[in-house]
Amino acid sequence: MTDASLNPAAPKSLLTADARTRNRRAAEMRFRMIGLSAVLLGLVALVFLMVSILGNGVGAFRQTFVEIPVMLDPAALDKSGNRDVEQMKKVTTVGYGKLIEKALGAELVARNIDTQGLTSKDIMGLMSKEAPADLRNQVLANPDLLGQTITFNGFATSRVDGFFKGRVTMDSALRDSNISPEQLTVAQAMADAGLIEVKFNLSFLTAPDASELRPEAAGLGVAILGSAYMMLIVLALSLPIGVASSIYLEELAPKNKWTDMIEVNIANLAAVPAIVYGILALALFINFAGLPQSAPIVGGLVLTLMTLPTIIIATRAALKAVPPSIRDAALGVGASRMQAIFHHVLPLAMPGILTGTILGLARALGESAPLLLIGMVAFVKDYPAAPPEGLMQPATALPVQVYQWTQRSDPAFVERASGAIIVLLVFLLIMNAVAIILRRRFERRW
Amino acid sequence: MSVGLISLIVLGLAALGFFLGRQKALSSVKGDARLLHSLPSYYGWSVALFTAVPAMLVMIVWLFVQPTLLETQVASTIPAENIAASGNISLVMADVRRIADGLDLVAARAGLDEAGIDALRADFSDLRGRLAEVGVALGANVDGAILAAAKEYRTYSNSLRLGMSVVVLLAALIGAGFAWMRISPDLRARNLVEQFTMALLIGCSLIAVATTAGIIASLVFETWHFFQLYPAKDFFFSLTWNPQFRGGSDLGLWPLVWGTMYVSFISLVVAVPIGLMAAIYLSEYASPRMRATAKPLLEILAGIPSIVYGLFALVTVGPLLRDWIAGPLGLGNSSSSVMTAGLVMGIMLIPYVSSLSDDIINAVPQAMRDGSFGLGATQSETVKRVVIPAALPGIVGAILLAASRAIGETMIVVMGAGAAAQLSLNPFEAMTTVTVKIVSQLTGDTEFASPETLVAFALGLTLFCITLALNVLALVIVRKYREQYE
Repeated sequence: MTDASLNPAAPKSLLTADARTRNRRAAEMRFRMIGLSAVLLGLVALVFLMVSILGNGVGAFRQTFVEIPVMLDPAALDKSGNRDVEQMKKVTTVGYGKLIEKALGAELVARNIDTQGLTSKDIMGLMSKEAPADLRNQVLANPDLLGQTITFNGFATSRVDGFFKGRVTMDSALRDSNISPEQLTVAQAMADAGLIEVKFNLSFLTAPDASELRPEAAGLGVAILGSAYMMLIVLALSLPIGVASSIYLEELAPKNKWTDMIEVNIANLAAVPAIVYGILALALFINFAGLPQSAPIVGGLVLTLMTLPTIIIATRAALKAVPPSIRDAALGVGASRMQAIFHHVLPLAMPGILTGTILGLARALGESAPLLLIGMVAFVKDYPAAPPEGLMQPATALPVQVYQWTQRSDPAFVERASGAIIVLLVFLLIMNAVAIILRRRFERRW
Repeated sequence: MSVGLISLIVLGLAALGFFLGRQKALSSVKGDARLLHSLPSYYGWSVALFTAVPAMLVMIVWLFVQPTLLETQVASTIPAENIAASGNISLVMADVRRIADGLDLVAARAGLDEAGIDALRADFSDLRGRLAEVGVALGANVDGAILAAAKEYRTYSNSLRLGMSVVVLLAALIGAGFAWMRISPDLRARNLVEQFTMALLIGCSLIAVATTAGIIASLVFETWHFFQLYPAKDFFFSLTWNPQFRGGSDLGLWPLVWGTMYVSFISLVVAVPIGLMAAIYLSEYASPRMRATAKPLLEILAGIPSIVYGLFALVTVGPLLRDWIAGPLGLGNSSSSVMTAGLVMGIMLIPYVSSLSDDIINAVPQAMRDGSFGLGATQSETVKRVVIPAALPGIVGAILLAASRAIGETMIVVMGAGAAAQLSLNPFEAMTTVTVKIVSQLTGDTEFASPETLVAFALGLTLFCITLALNVLALVIVRKYREQYE
């Protein structure tokens, strides 16, 4: 008896798969599909994230404006009559508010718009509380406007803005103490008459933050300036320090336990949570050294410490990529080790170093946790002065401004926070693109 | 003179020294640079360095010492009853400093000269009003003795400032003169400059060590401070977290650690399977073209700042989970929850897991795969039975690194997880983490020296120790694994 006779089924053709082979092939296919779906899931998450942020934030760049002719009455705005700006400053925003209220009422009558029985105060409620201050600043900047009738472009309130962007509806207005459906009807009529318009809002990028009650006026000016100051500090400190320490560790240091310790140290620093750096900054720079809270200098210093490991790691990789023959040739013609490094190796490694630095800066630009702890969450309405004094004055930063806006109750701030994120992402995109171009253009393969 | 002006002058002197030194070296050999030991510019550099470095060092030391000197000098002039009245010498000194700064502003604004400042008297000239005008608000009227101390503070600080300018400039000039005198054709100027550069390079690489030392010192010091005010036993063993404004708080660590672990666990449950499978697919199955597009796209996820994820959790994921899952199932109605934060953090961690695992899977020698194929295994069998077991230590290292990221992550949990400290199993409830509480305790209005604030440092130390341990463990595992195949 042979083994074959134990198996009564005749041997099958090799061309048809048996059950076991089919199972194994199916398992193979399943495994493959799981892998593919994992990749796709990651990509879908990325797309979902981007779409959600863009969808929420694009609206922040467009704003609803009320455009009306306003007669700047010298009798009301300049009581002394001599166009002296100091004297004119005595008229507060209340005076300008009355002027706008009158002009608005007159314009509605002129355009034959039904006011739905609303008082002129309710009509004025369509305008932002920032509008009178805006007009006042315009007049104080240019006193010659007095007596003329100018076309004034004022913010509408965030509710009216939300109505034209679809965030506020007649139903939600019924439950809202800040706006009534009648007001929205008037606003719609004004929009039909061309008095209300939604258009690009540059002041979102340039204006300072505004208070809780006037989200329509809040802008990113101070935050962008503060972030720019911090990036300047980070660049000015972390690039030289990072390059210097990488040169020492990569090119000059003897291999002993001290340099080993420094290396382990740097590797670990790269993985320390950002918030711990914030604690360090609070204890060291603010409590011990007495530097001012919420100042760009403190933020810049702490971000420098955070960026250093990134830059050191990138610079060492770039130095390592320069072939030893370059050093040997320099030493061979009589250069000292320092000369070989500074005259030959460093220039060749520069593209790699710059790429690493830009990526480190991009990382620092988006960092917010340590900045929360050094008081950058404060409400800052004044632009910091030009450096160097401006470095010690309070400012905010882009990511922290986003956080701050999300902490406010008015839903209009969510739109602004998403808009700020878009600005932040655009900056990051530019920096990364520059880094990639640098790498493509100057990187040398040996 | 201000610090900036002095530094500018010193730098100007250094630049001048560079040219003079170079000149002297060249003229000492009648223009024939071959007779010099070093290249001419090294002589210039040696003078410039001797000018700038000692002067700058003197200035830095002076700036550190000056406040202490000023305090002790002025504090000795304040009568004891004033100190007793405010209860604390540092409070009095803070007042003195504020008034002194205010006087400077008043002088600048009103154009008062020194005699005018001297003539200001606390009782007559309505000092409080004048100080308020320049933005220095005082709680009470200015006491005569305090005003005297503030005046003393001003004159003394002015004379110290002047002293600093003189000493720093003198140091610069002496250094320049000394270095310039030394220049001769035999001076080994290059060696001198290079030794200095070396010292600078070493100094820069020590900054990393100093940062670690600073982190550890500040955390340990303030934690020790905290344990003096609050029993360590309660911190480590209490199960409630309930800080109160007026003291008597319960500051137990465990609710926060539980929240942290729960969020991190959920994020790893999301990130590890997706990241690992994506890495396997990209390294074993994907065509080079797909790999070249999908890998950078996935890595974008790692480059997005965590505040973006935080907003995503707050605005999109939180409400979505509440309205579609937690609400209908009756599990809770809070849009910030452990699940929200964990899911979003998981998305953030996908690329950490995938790129590290990808590197590690690629490092498994091809011969092992070939051997497996040769025995008739399918590709998935090879991956499951050969590649993964071989790469396992490295993958564990990658997961540990991702876990350490998750534990230390701040913005996502601040915006997505909520602020309620509780020990609950329901993932749709708001819970809080160590990092959230560090932020809220340090950005609140409580006094710095209270246990409610200082607890943040103890939490920070806990966080630091956990993440450090995870990182070191991961690094050791990965390094061991690398050695295995090299």
